[in-house]
Amino acid sequence: MTAVTDVPTAATPARKPALARLAPILLPIAILVVILGIVFWMRPIAMSYFGLTLMLKLSVPLIFAALSQMLIISQGDLDLSTGAYVGFVTCVSAVYLGSDPALGWAIIAGSVVLQGLVGLFTWLRRLPSIVVTLGMSFVWLGLALFVLPTPGGQAPNWLTAIPQWRPPYVPLPIVVAILAILVFEVTLMRSAAGAVLRGAGGNPAAVTRAGWSVAGLRTAAYVLAAICAVFSGLALSALTTSGAPNIAPAYTLLSIASVILGGGAFIGGIVSPFGTVIGAVTLTLVSSVLTFVNVPSVWQIGAQGALLVVVLLARGLVSGDRT
Amino acid sequence: MDKVIALTAVTKAFGPVRALGGVDFAIAPGEVVGLVGHNGAGKSTMVNIMMGTFPPTEGRVERGAAGEIRCVFQELSLCLNLDAAENTRLIHRSLRGLGWRRRARAMIAGRLDAIFPGHGIPPEAKLSDLPIGQRQMVEIARAFTAAEGEGPLAMVILDEPTSALGEEATQQFLAYVRKAAGEGVAIVLITHRLNEIYAVSHRIVVMKDGRSVAEGPSAELPKERLVELMGGHAVPVEGEDIPAVATRKTDPNAPVMVTLPGAVPVEARKGDIIGFTGLDGHGQREALVAIQTEGRGAKAATAFVAGDRQADGVLPVWSIAQNLTISCLATIRRGAFLSPAAERAFAEEWRERIGIRMRDIDQPLTELSGGNQQKVLFARALAAPAPIVLLDDPMRGVDVGTKAEVYQTIRNEADAGRTFVWFSTELEELENCDRVYVFREGAPVACIPREALSQDAIIAASFQS
Amino acid sequence: MSVAPARAARRLSLPPSAYGFIAAALLWGGTMLLSDGRGGIEMLSVALSFSIFSVAVGTGQMFVIASGPGNIDLSCPAVITLCAYVSMNLMGGADGMLPVGLIAALVLGGVIGLVNYGLVRALKIPPIIATLAASFVVTSLAMWYGGESTVRPPQALSDFMIWRVGGVQVALILALIGSGVVHLVLHRTVYGRSLLALGQNARAAQLAGIRVGFVRMTAYAVSGMMAGLCGFLLAGFTGGAALNMGEAYLMESVAVAVLGGTSVAGGRASAFGIWGAALFLSLLVTLLNSTGLGAGARYLFTGLTILVVIFFATERRK
Repeated sequence: MTAVTDVPTAATPARKPALARLAPILLPIAILVVILGIVFWMRPIAMSYFGLTLMLKLSVPLIFAALSQMLIISQGDLDLSTGAYVGFVTCVSAVYLGSDPALGWAIIAGSVVLQGLVGLFTWLRRLPSIVVTLGMSFVWLGLALFVLPTPGGQAPNWLTAIPQWRPPYVPLPIVVAILAILVFEVTLMRSAAGAVLRGAGGNPAAVTRAGWSVAGLRTAAYVLAAICAVFSGLALSALTTSGAPNIAPAYTLLSIASVILGGGAFIGGIVSPFGTVIGAVTLTLVSSVLTFVNVPSVWQIGAQGALLVVVLLARGLVSGDRT
Repeated sequence: MDKVIALTAVTKAFGPVRALGGVDFAIAPGEVVGLVGHNGAGKSTMVNIMMGTFPPTEGRVERGAAGEIRCVFQELSLCLNLDAAENTRLIHRSLRGLGWRRRARAMIAGRLDAIFPGHGIPPEAKLSDLPIGQRQMVEIARAFTAAEGEGPLAMVILDEPTSALGEEATQQFLAYVRKAAGEGVAIVLITHRLNEIYAVSHRIVVMKDGRSVAEGPSAELPKERLVELMGGHAVPVEGEDIPAVATRKTDPNAPVMVTLPGAVPVEARKGDIIGFTGLDGHGQREALVAIQTEGRGAKAATAFVAGDRQADGVLPVWSIAQNLTISCLATIRRGAFLSPAAERAFAEEWRERIGIRMRDIDQPLTELSGGNQQKVLFARALAAPAPIVLLDDPMRGVDVGTKAEVYQTIRNEADAGRTFVWFSTELEELENCDRVYVFREGAPVACIPREALSQDAIIAASFQS
Repeated sequence: MSVAPARAARRLSLPPSAYGFIAAALLWGGTMLLSDGRGGIEMLSVALSFSIFSVAVGTGQMFVIASGPGNIDLSCPAVITLCAYVSMNLMGGADGMLPVGLIAALVLGGVIGLVNYGLVRALKIPPIIATLAASFVVTSLAMWYGGESTVRPPQALSDFMIWRVGGVQVALILALIGSGVVHLVLHRTVYGRSLLALGQNARAAQLAGIRVGFVRMTAYAVSGMMAGLCGFLLAGFTGGAALNMGEAYLMESVAVAVLGGTSVAGGRASAFGIWGAALFLSLLVTLLNSTGLGAGARYLFTGLTILVVIFFATERRK
């Protein structure tokens, strides 16, 4: 590419208007508000502690899967193995965490290390992340089938007890969403280390020039992403009280959609934990809404796709040059 | 040692190419040195050696008093997805722990206020939301920040720092350079705007062909002398002599083939060879690409010869023949399918005409030397059914013999009625053109007919005074 | 062909398109050793007849992947399913409607491919997300249109899929001829050359005068059409369309294309290499099923093969 930046601009263009800058954040909020509004209007009973708990409980594993994907996207990569890896974790949870916790945790720790190595080699050899993680998705699915050939098993009691807990006033899924937002907004968006990590996704050359090891940073991003995916798998196995290798293939694509819905961009290391969590909650709610408004279940997935297109279109129109 | 850094007899070779041929350079605390030179004079190599990016091939580099050396690069080294404070944190490891953001923000905002009062940069804005001029302000200000607990700032190297700054910001920047020097920071300023050099430099170093050819107090090196030193007259071409350019006749009434607007509008007629020149990166390449891909200003079909071979020209998977025929597939098609026999014959014909040295035409293009790769790209364009051929600095890394052959081919094709638009920064190449347009900051600003063509004339038009 | 592609890869190592065949040969040889050479031909024959489907959808995927880094079509499973339903319902089991069903599958697939490209261009978003969004909508269409209904394919189609002459499956021969045509298109037409040039270096291709947008759009259309064809044949083979019939082909289409020698960096494609990869994956299924190792080992081996190939086949670029 020619260095366009070398050409001095004749007239200095003004900073982008506020609306354009805030669009990536305001848009997901607006969509969530609209969808919640529809839910409460259609089913006022949903506006209760138990209504919300029931409606949102499936958003918890997706939130963690989406945050995992967000870390990978912050490095300019994509992870097509998220769904398979989450499935693998549910299997380990259902087979080992109850009967032999030490072995179970060791397997999980080993898998996290392996994910870190994937990040390292992808960077060192400049491999296309799409294909590498596609290969890894087969690997995780295969390993999951070794651990648990048919869906079943039993998640440990302490794990299945967690979703039963009813915190005062605020439904558990909302507590989890708020905590996840807080943790990521503080660590990734506000902390000194988070700035460097995001910088590595934005301009690796500049970060290298400033004396940091991009290989190390990217390995760290992949490890953290794997830890988030472990949370997702544990949450899913807690909800279903069991494990299944093929339980979450949709998470790969839904997690990517959540990040994009939440204002993330595929290149340049631009992500938003707040938006991502909102995006995951929104995508979970969309199916509830579609049920309420009597959209046949067959149109639900299509509506999610259409929503994705509309959001991207709207964002493109508002901000002009976003990719 | 009372110098910040001292280079003694430093040379740098990249393979067979000698980028620096024995440079002595030293700078004292508080000194402002203007570094000037034409393209390829060795400025950036010297900057990289001072920054420690790579070691010199020969010679000594001595660092004086403790302190950091920072550089503002021409292509910005900022992370656009971060804000100004976060970008500041990247270069200061001490900025961490509780309250780092407040400290970083205070540090960069303080420096921005000091350098560019009234800059109007919101501290929480992602840099991607800022116009390029404000990004450049952030990069400059960041280079001058100093954190507590870290060594003092010893030297700042500024490579074309004002290219995107407005007039007011430029004046503010120059004033700050003087102030920082007054506080003991050594400053190296590289810019094509000579008035900026004279405004702040104590001393000027003129580089040419990998050497420093003159050095002295700014007052003793007037602008005319500087231009003369950078261009110079004695540019002996090493190796074989390039045959003298035969006088070409051009027809002033031939149909116009290419036009471009500007302070001096560009116009090329059928059979013309026109040159684009000026400092590298001033919009010549963009103009050519716009003509090729959008047809802007072109009155007929165009073909393009890439200079940045790897990025813009070579199709690395393919053989020489496949690379050669990609722009004229229609001519080797027989019915629905391409004819291998026709392709082979066609490729052999052009191999003869251009004199490409290769084992055989099925060899991968990437196995050829740079010069021969370039000839293949030439052949690709000349073989295309296009009356206009655009040359994007195509002689980079091409040997003298190849050059002479290509010059002859271009002249023959022009005599046969083709129009050439040729971007080059080399006088020797431009001498093949009927007239040369000098670009500055994105647009043509001068037209030099061949009779008046000289390095001095080009440099005078390239450097804003 | 007298104008051969660049030879560097061949001299340094094998062409990437050979990987699948070698892996398949090793696997088959190994199985033969274990089973004392019994049933080898039958095993090969079964694996080949299953390969037809992954070759069809993989060939389409190859066009898209070859058109440059980042290009991928994730909508094929949904397209397979929708086209299968539409063509089966149109034909209603009548032999005379066969051409109508085939054309409907191809046209519908092609139109979805065009929509995919339109989204990529209009939304300026990576193909992976554009084709994903499209696939969501297409999946819904398939569920709405197909639903629970199972229309049996015309008897002639079912017969054709298992028709053998002298022990050789006719559909297989036709599929091989189809790959021959694709090979010619890729290497001996203006379009094929333009596609491969675009995939190697889009900027260089554009500067060399290639209509980048048109060529890439066609690649997406071809991918949709091949998925449509796959759905048509698969429904004919398995006795009707089913909602989950396309599922396996999302990863499989990418895997056979990449293992078959299509460069993820773009610009290199092999119509016949896909057969090696498809054969390998089919044999793997057959072998692992017979040894009782099960699906786990099969996925694990598939994944490791992809990783090994991508690790060694990716040329280092700065």
